[in-house]
Amino acid sequence: MKRVRIDHAEARSRPIPGGDGREAQPRGPEIGKRGAVDHAEAGRRFLAAPEHAAFHDRRLWDIREKRDREMRGIDEWEALRTLASDIKAHVLDTLDTHLAAFERAATANGVQVHWARDAAEHNRIVGAILEAAGARSVVKSKSMLTEECGFRDAMDARGIAVIETDLGERIQQLDGEDPSHVVMPAVHKLRSDVAAVFARTLGTDPDNHDPAYLAEAQRQANRPLILEAQAGMTGANFLVAETGAVVVCTNEGNADLSARVPPVHIVSAGIEKIVPRTADLGVFVRLLSRSALGSPITQYTSHFRGPRPGGTMHVVLVDNGRTARLAEPGFREALKCIRCGACMNTCPVYRRSGGLSYGATYSGPIGLVLDPSLDRTRYATLPFASTLNGSCSAVCPVRIDLHGQIGRWRRVLAGEGRTSPGKRAAMKAAAALLARPAAYRRAVSAFGAALPHLPRFALYGPHNIWGRGRELPAPPRETFHAWYARTGGRLP
Amino acid sequence: MRIGLFIPCFIDAFHPEVGVATLALLQGLGHEVVYPRDQTCCGQPMGNAGFDAACAAVERLFVRNFTGFDAIVCPSASCVNHVRNKFDAIADAPEVRAVRAATYELVEFLHDVAGPEALPRVRFAHRVGLHNSCSALRAIGHEPAPETHVPFFSKPRALLARVDGLEIVPYEREDECCGFGGTYAVTEEAISVAMGRDKVERQARAGVDYVVSADTSCLMHQQGCAERIGLRHRFLHIAQVLAGMAA
Repeated sequence: MKRVRIDHAEARSRPIPGGDGREAQPRGPEIGKRGAVDHAEAGRRFLAAPEHAAFHDRRLWDIREKRDREMRGIDEWEALRTLASDIKAHVLDTLDTHLAAFERAATANGVQVHWARDAAEHNRIVGAILEAAGARSVVKSKSMLTEECGFRDAMDARGIAVIETDLGERIQQLDGEDPSHVVMPAVHKLRSDVAAVFARTLGTDPDNHDPAYLAEAQRQANRPLILEAQAGMTGANFLVAETGAVVVCTNEGNADLSARVPPVHIVSAGIEKIVPRTADLGVFVRLLSRSALGSPITQYTSHFRGPRPGGTMHVVLVDNGRTARLAEPGFREALKCIRCGACMNTCPVYRRSGGLSYGATYSGPIGLVLDPSLDRTRYATLPFASTLNGSCSAVCPVRIDLHGQIGRWRRVLAGEGRTSPGKRAAMKAAAALLARPAAYRRAVSAFGAALPHLPRFALYGPHNIWGRGRELPAPPRETFHAWYARTGGRLP
Repeated sequence: MRIGLFIPCFIDAFHPEVGVATLALLQGLGHEVVYPRDQTCCGQPMGNAGFDAACAAVERLFVRNFTGFDAIVCPSASCVNHVRNKFDAIADAPEVRAVRAATYELVEFLHDVAGPEALPRVRFAHRVGLHNSCSALRAIGHEPAPETHVPFFSKPRALLARVDGLEIVPYEREDECCGFGGTYAVTEEAISVAMGRDKVERQARAGVDYVVSADTSCLMHQQGCAERIGLRHRFLHIAQVLAGMAA
C-alpha cells in the first residue's frame, strides 16, 4: 500500500532563512492625529527591522503557497467556498431560530447556556462562574473573542489568573503583547525574540534559540498550571445548532486539556459561530485548515457535547456588536468570517507591516473591515491601509468581498468627515476641476505637461512623498491631448 | 466599429506614447477611432479614497463624452474597473448603463472582440516579464485570479503569442500586488515602496529585459522603484509591444 504523508501545520513548511536575529522586535503603533492608529508609521518601523520584516513576509507567503497547493488538490474547491458562503448566509438570515435551537440542544446535553450583550457582560458572567467555582486560576485555549472582550485584564481585576495554553498565545501573554495574527499569535517574533521572553519569564537559557528546547520549556512550565487549575476555557470554531455541540479545532491539543482536565469548562463563542447541522462541518472543516495553514486538517477537531463526568460546562453566547452589524446591509457579510487568517497571510500590506501595526484585536484585511465598527475614531485610518488588490477576497473560504467592504468603509469614513481636512479639500478640488474640461486643460498647461493637477496631487502629494523611495517619471514632450490636437490622430 | 478612445489622465500626462500605440492598434484593425477632446478622468483617484460622492459631475461628463460609440476602449484595467464596477455617484440611467457596458479594457477588447489572430505579426526579440495588475487579474479577468481553482487561460499571453521572438520569463510572486494602489502609493509610502522593490528585484533576478503590462500606473511605480535602486530592465505597456512601437 502506498504510504501517504499528510501535511500538518508545521511539517513540510519550507525552512525560512533567518529567525535568529539580533535586532529589537518592532512593537505596536502610535496613536496619531485625531486619535487614530498610525498604521503607516508602525509599518515603516516594522520595515526598518529587516530581519523581522523579511522573515515575517517569507513565513506567511510560504503558508499562502501551501494553501494554494492544498486548494489545487480539491477539484470542488470553488463549489465548497460557495457552499460555505451560502450556509453562512442562511445562518445569518435565520440566526434567531438557530441560536434558540442550539440553546435547547445544549441545555438538553447538560450544558448551561448564558447570553452576553457585550464584552463587559461576558466578563461579568465568566467571572461569576469562576468565583462560584472557587477558581483562583483558569487555563484557556486561544480565543479571538476573549481578546475582543479584554478578558484577561478583567479577570486580573478580580484576582483570577488566566493562563494561556496555546504556545503562541502564551508567548504573547508572557511578553505583555497582543496577538498579531488570528491563527499564529506570535508569527511576528523571531525565535530569538521568543528566547528572550522565555529567559525573562521562564528562566530558560537566553542564548538557546532552538525551537524544540523553547517549546519543551514552555510545556514543562505550563503542565503543572493545567493540572492545578480549577477551571478551563475554550473558544469555539463552530456551534452545531441541531446537536448543541461545540467544535474546537487546534494543532496543539491544548483546547482538549483546557476543556477536560479541570472540572469546569467555559466556552466563549460569538453568536455567528452557528452552523445548522453536523453535516455542514463537512464543508467548513475541509476549508478551515487548508485556508489557514495550508494543511488538510487540524491535528485536533474536538466536539464537546456536554460536561465531563462530575463536572460542569457553560457556553457564553456573545453579541458584542454582531447584531448591529447584522442590521447593516453593507457590512453584514463579514459575519461569515471563520477566522482562518488566509486574508492576512496573502495580504502584501499585512505581510510587510506585521499584525501589531494595526493596533487592534483583528488585523489584516478582516481587521480593516471589523475594527471600525468597534471604534470609529481609533480605527478611522485602517481601511486606507490597503491597495485594494483583492487577493483577500479571492482566498476567503466563505467568499467575503473583503476589498469591496474596505472600499465601502472608505466611503463611510469620508462621508462622516473622518479623513484629514487637507485630503478632503484636495479631493473635492480635484473632483471639481475634473468636471470642467477647459479649466482642467488650462491647469495642465499652467503646470506643464509633467505636473498637471491630478497626477500632481495623486502621485506627488505634499512634500514629494512619491520621490522618497522612487524616481519620478520623465516628463514627455507633449501630452497625448496636445499630440492629438496637433495631428488630428493621424499616425506618422 | 466606431470606437471612443478613453485615455486615462496619467497616460495623457506621463506616457502619451501608450495612447498613441493604443490608437494605432485600433486603427490598424480598421476601426474608426475618435478621441473625445473634453475627457479628463474617470474619477478613480477620488473613488478609491472614499470620495465617490464628490464625483457626480465627473461621471456625468464621462457619460456625455462617451455616449453613442459602439465601444469605448481604454488601455488601463483599473480605470475600466472603476467605470464598469464602481461608477455610481450618478443615478443608474439607461445612458449611464450603456456607456458602462460598452467600456472595454484594451487587452480584453483585442482578445474578446477583435480576436488575437486579427493582430499584425510584429517582432520584439526580448526576455519579457508579464505584470498582470490586480485589476486586470481580479476585476477584468485577463487570467483567473491566481488564488482560485479554475482552469487557466490568459488573454495577454494569447496576444503576446503574436509577437515573434518574444520570450515570456516567469519570476517569483508574479501575482503579488506591486504596491502602487493609487493614493496608497503616498498614504503608506514606505510599505508601497517596499512592495515595489520586492517586485522589481524579483523581475531582475529572473533576468528580464522588459516588463510588459496592461497597466501603466503599476509600471510608473515599478519603474520609479527600479531606477532608484539602479536596476536596468525597462517597462512597456502591452500596446507598445503589440503595435510594434516599443523601440
